Amino acid sequence: MKHSIARFTGCLVAAAALLLTAGCEWPPQETEQIGYRGTAMELVKSPEAIAAKSGLHSVPAPQPPATTDGPRAGDVYENLQVLGDLSVGEHTRLMLAITQWVAPAEQSCNYCHVGENFASDELYTKRVSRRMLQMNMDINRNWQDHVKDTGVTCYTCHRGQAVPGAIWFEQPPRRSANGFTADNGYQNIGGMAIVAYSSLPGDPFAQFLDNYRQVRVIGDTALPQNGGASIQATEHTYGLMMHMSSSLGVNCTFCHNSRAFAQWDQSTPQRLTSWHGVNLVRNLNDEYLKPLKPEYPDYRLGPTGDAPKANCATCHRGANKPLNGESMLPDYPNLAP
Amino acid sequence: MAQYQNIFTQVQVNLPPEPGVALPPGSWPRLGTPRLQYWFGKIGDAQVGPVYLGWLGLSSLICGFIAIEIIGLNMWASVNWDPVQFVRQLPWLALEPPSPEYGLSLPPLAEGGWWLMAGFFLTASIGLWWLKMYRRARALGMGTHVAWAFAAAIWLYLVLGFIRPLLMGSWAEAVPFGIFPHLDWTAAFSIRYGNLFYNPFHMLSIAFLYGATLLFAMHGATVLATGRYGGDREVEQIVDRGTASERMQIFWRWTMGFNANIESIHRWAWWFAVLCPLTGGIGILLTGTVVDNWYLWGVKHGIAPAYPLVFPEVVPDPGMLPGGSQ
Repeated sequence: MKHSIARFTGCLVAAAALLLTAGCEWPPQETEQIGYRGTAMELVKSPEAIAAKSGLHSVPAPQPPATTDGPRAGDVYENLQVLGDLSVGEHTRLMLAITQWVAPAEQSCNYCHVGENFASDELYTKRVSRRMLQMNMDINRNWQDHVKDTGVTCYTCHRGQAVPGAIWFEQPPRRSANGFTADNGYQNIGGMAIVAYSSLPGDPFAQFLDNYRQVRVIGDTALPQNGGASIQATEHTYGLMMHMSSSLGVNCTFCHNSRAFAQWDQSTPQRLTSWHGVNLVRNLNDEYLKPLKPEYPDYRLGPTGDAPKANCATCHRGANKPLNGESMLPDYPNLAP
Repeated sequence: MAQYQNIFTQVQVNLPPEPGVALPPGSWPRLGTPRLQYWFGKIGDAQVGPVYLGWLGLSSLICGFIAIEIIGLNMWASVNWDPVQFVRQLPWLALEPPSPEYGLSLPPLAEGGWWLMAGFFLTASIGLWWLKMYRRARALGMGTHVAWAFAAAIWLYLVLGFIRPLLMGSWAEAVPFGIFPHLDWTAAFSIRYGNLFYNPFHMLSIAFLYGATLLFAMHGATVLATGRYGGDREVEQIVDRGTASERMQIFWRWTMGFNANIESIHRWAWWFAVLCPLTGGIGILLTGTVVDNWYLWGVKHGIAPAYPLVFPEVVPDPGMLPGGSQ
């Protein structure tokens, strides 16, 4: 009798433990100290989670090199508005690479080009890719504060897919039960991966990346001056931070000293890089991605009819350095500044 | 072989249930036929019931039911009345206070009005239950220590959901109803005000929280350890110190030089427990009203140490650059 009760209780405890830890990463985690001793400045990494993403973050084999000699592509091809100063060989090589990085295999060149007339701008994919190439070179030229010398290529976001795996759209207001509840900004919903499965406001992108909402919420003086951010505003910022954390696969102390989140003089250098990153995505969305809306067919638009846009995850995909920091620019110097 | 174990009650008294002392005139009758429950007897007293509900208890339950109903229906509505999603997402669902733009005004029901109403009924329910506790203690000729301990918890509850929002001029400062939502609120609250761990009243509250659990464990262990000498008859030993309480006190005197006596240990534990929400409530009340960033306050008053720099250079605040606001 006693044994069966003990066994039953044991099973119950085991089942509860399984249920309550089902969302956790399997140990062991690796911890790396990055700050002064005793300050809990540590990076926590799950080797298992990193291994599971190694395929996503490996760089594809480069195309065989091409000669830089010979006539310029701009002189040979019609309607070539970007990359005209490349040799025909280099240009062809880059087109092959882009096909490998972006175009669906069964469509290949025809994903962007019409049959025999490669000069035609008939397909929206070609018009969009031209703008994307300009964006790519702009990032490598003007945003080194964020991308350093590693830079980006089409593959940083596309990873072999026509549409990058992590993009975002404006969400329609969420009023439930015919208005019984107010629009809650996608807060308090189960299973929101964007905010790391917390109950925080689950739509930080429209707020911060679109409307340029102020990210800073923490009081910057010991005593109250004149008002300050509300708890609700803090929760919005917190939601954005959860997006950053999960997009980069890092914990808070990657950028912040968690004893004083706001203090720059106690933060890691990564916080500054990240700060430039926020400006970068805001700029890319405004300058490049949103204006492309008229080009897209309806099925590429979001639920409110907006163009697909970028956030931190679009490039990072769970790694604090996209493609684990491997630069593709040495193989594709034409995309470099 | 016979063993003496007293971690759970080994011996159950099996007598006709005790109906309780006579009630004063004007009282309601007690509800339920008392009976013995073997499994309850394993961890406590085997007798279940009767219950004295009274009009305070009844009205408290009604108000509590209304509050839970408002909260639950709002949560259910937020998943479009889908029962499966209600269960699946329950830990995430919430009834949120009004947005900051409403200040202390009355918002529409869907925008926080329901939250105010639920808060009103929950507070009424808790207040009535407090009165009931007080009255039951008096009816039994007891002191009112339990009611006052409960009042300490109610103080913290009122500070979080009513007094501090009033002082801040906004219902939005209050805590949402919901399992994860109130936890996320707590984390956001600490971050917004520059880390609550630098709040001295938060420190005191933690000290009393851990202190209360420590004292409870010390006291429970001491009584159990002297059970074979009758240590469980601790109350009688307040006035008639027997060998058990002699041993208890010698044990602690040997261990740490000083000991509570068998009466004062209960006062220690009561005050530690009561001071946890009392000091915590003061800490919350000061946050945002008179202190905006507890870390900077700690630096100002020399309680937040500076650590040596480990990064190659101090990271400048890019917000100080022209156009750097983010």
